[in-house]
Amino acid sequence: MDSTKSQAGGGADTAPPPHLLRLDKVGKHYGNVIALHDVTMDVEAGRVTCVLGDNGAGKSTLIKIIAGLHPHDEGTFTALGEERRFTSPRSALDLGIAAVYQDLAVVSLMPVWRNFFLGSELTTGSGPFRRLDVARMKEITKRELQEMGIDLRDVEQPVGQLSGGERQCVAIARAVYFGAKVLILDEPTAALGVKQSGVVLRYILQARDRGLGVVFITHNPHHAYPVGDRFLLLKRGRSIGYYKKSDVTLDQLTAQMAGGAELEELAQELEAMGSHSEVVAEVEAEVGATLRD
Amino acid sequence: MTAETVTPTAPADERVAAKSRMAKLLGRPEIGALVGAVALFAFFSVVAPVFLQPGSIATVLYGASTIGIMAVGVSLLMIGGEFDLSTGVAVISSALMASLFSWYFSMNVWVGVALALVLSLTVGFINGWILVKTKLPSFIVTLATFLMLTGLNLGLTRAIGGSVSSPSISDMDGFDSAKAVFASSLTLGGVEVRITVFIWIALVAVASWILLRTRVGNWIFASGGDAYAARAVGVPVVKTKIGLFMGVGFCAWILGMHNLFAFSTVQSGEGIGNEFLYIIAAVIGGCLLTGGYGSAIGGAIGAFIFGMANKGIVYAEWNPDWFKFFLGLMLLLATMVNMVVKRRAEQS
Repeated sequence: MDSTKSQAGGGADTAPPPHLLRLDKVGKHYGNVIALHDVTMDVEAGRVTCVLGDNGAGKSTLIKIIAGLHPHDEGTFTALGEERRFTSPRSALDLGIAAVYQDLAVVSLMPVWRNFFLGSELTTGSGPFRRLDVARMKEITKRELQEMGIDLRDVEQPVGQLSGGERQCVAIARAVYFGAKVLILDEPTAALGVKQSGVVLRYILQARDRGLGVVFITHNPHHAYPVGDRFLLLKRGRSIGYYKKSDVTLDQLTAQMAGGAELEELAQELEAMGSHSEVVAEVEAEVGATLRD
Repeated sequence: MTAETVTPTAPADERVAAKSRMAKLLGRPEIGALVGAVALFAFFSVVAPVFLQPGSIATVLYGASTIGIMAVGVSLLMIGGEFDLSTGVAVISSALMASLFSWYFSMNVWVGVALALVLSLTVGFINGWILVKTKLPSFIVTLATFLMLTGLNLGLTRAIGGSVSSPSISDMDGFDSAKAVFASSLTLGGVEVRITVFIWIALVAVASWILLRTRVGNWIFASGGDAYAARAVGVPVVKTKIGLFMGVGFCAWILGMHNLFAFSTVQSGEGIGNEFLYIIAAVIGGCLLTGGYGSAIGGAIGAFIFGMANKGIVYAEWNPDWFKFFLGLMLLLATMVNMVVKRRAEQS
């Protein structure tokens, strides 16, 4: 991690950082359903790669391939310089690829510290007396969360009692602590209010500045654009665009995601239904952005 | 976020703190069972003074231990998100295996005891393995095992021994030493206490240690709380669940050996229905049916409540016909308390 830290900071495009992950024409089908086809993207240290798409676009399938939950069956997937085909999340984790899922990042009935170390518990003693190092785990959990800006009264409280944003941050802090090189965030802001979303976006930038390659999956271009360096747009299992931040504007991203023609139709429909003129104007503005492409 | 926790005024903050202390106390999985146990103990002490005599307490503890030994394995399994309907007959299967094998081949009973352990662990392994491979609910898988074991117990006992009960093995080699291990009594302060009580306490202690202070314990909670999330962070959910079923098998072996060496013969049709007593003990003790929450001590308290109610009714000279009714009522009350506790733990 130290070697990548020096390249942290995002921005400057001189001396391209090494690829952590590279997907080349990757595809996946479940039976005769094609969930993902011909998707190419890469993840670099100290960069945020955003994956954008509506429901059913194939975002979940993409992370399942990267995180090792399902192996891909088309194209090549390179991780840390070698071609891979993961068969379990453990093999992805061992390479430093950690996923933070929208609603299953944590076991809500378990205390914060147990969740933080779940699957990688610290132990002390040996033989039959090998036991959890509870004091150290609690201390580290408290410290790591504090560094992320979450001050918990008690790391013994069940994770289910935390707010949605805090829960996401526990999962992010956990991945960062365990030396993740690649952090996959599945819709971390989907269920959150404006303020909590902002908090989570700040942690994404913090993880990036620590030199991690971040994959940020979302359907909200307004959340993706401020933090992203690369943008992959998915639609119905296919890639409909892969941009550097310098090559695309927020309006273009939004328009591409929604689809110009569909938006125009929506605008007309709303007008016909006698919808509030401001809403129609807003949709029409989006249509205008699409036509400018 | 820090801003949110700071904004309330001082008196409001105090109320929040007081509530969280209360929630913490109520958050203990076995608190409901403990209150129930104390109430029941006080109740029987008043209505049946003989209940308080050391001899009676030893009898209550023995009754509790025969449920409690199994409740240890069943509690852990339930915390791990599964349950087992085959436990009642699995106890008898284990006892029959040891007795019929030793008798048929005229071998030292310890050979049968060892084989019974292998059988019990294998039954547990098969239960767990079918469950994780087929992803069928444990209700179906273990119901099938329950029926098959019931049939095997009856069929094989008659085929080998020619009767519905296994032939007596009390005169065989190794019987006395095995009886000393599994079915003897120890005198404690002038009172005879059955050895199962000590085995039970030891099992509860070991199970609590595993659950709260080892990695495996963490995995058990996680597998039951959210198997998908657990797998995603690298917990070996499949191994954990199979291991839990084998743990239940181990407990069934201990109880099976006790039954065999206490009576030297086993009725092949016994055990049916006992699986519910073990589940009831675990549920009364605060284990959630849906998994992820509970304790080994809770299961022990549940078994103790069962023992007290069972014997207490006799000491109070009531008609024991009513026992099952009270058991059902206690189960209903306990699950309702647990529901409230879980809701508090999740979101209070």
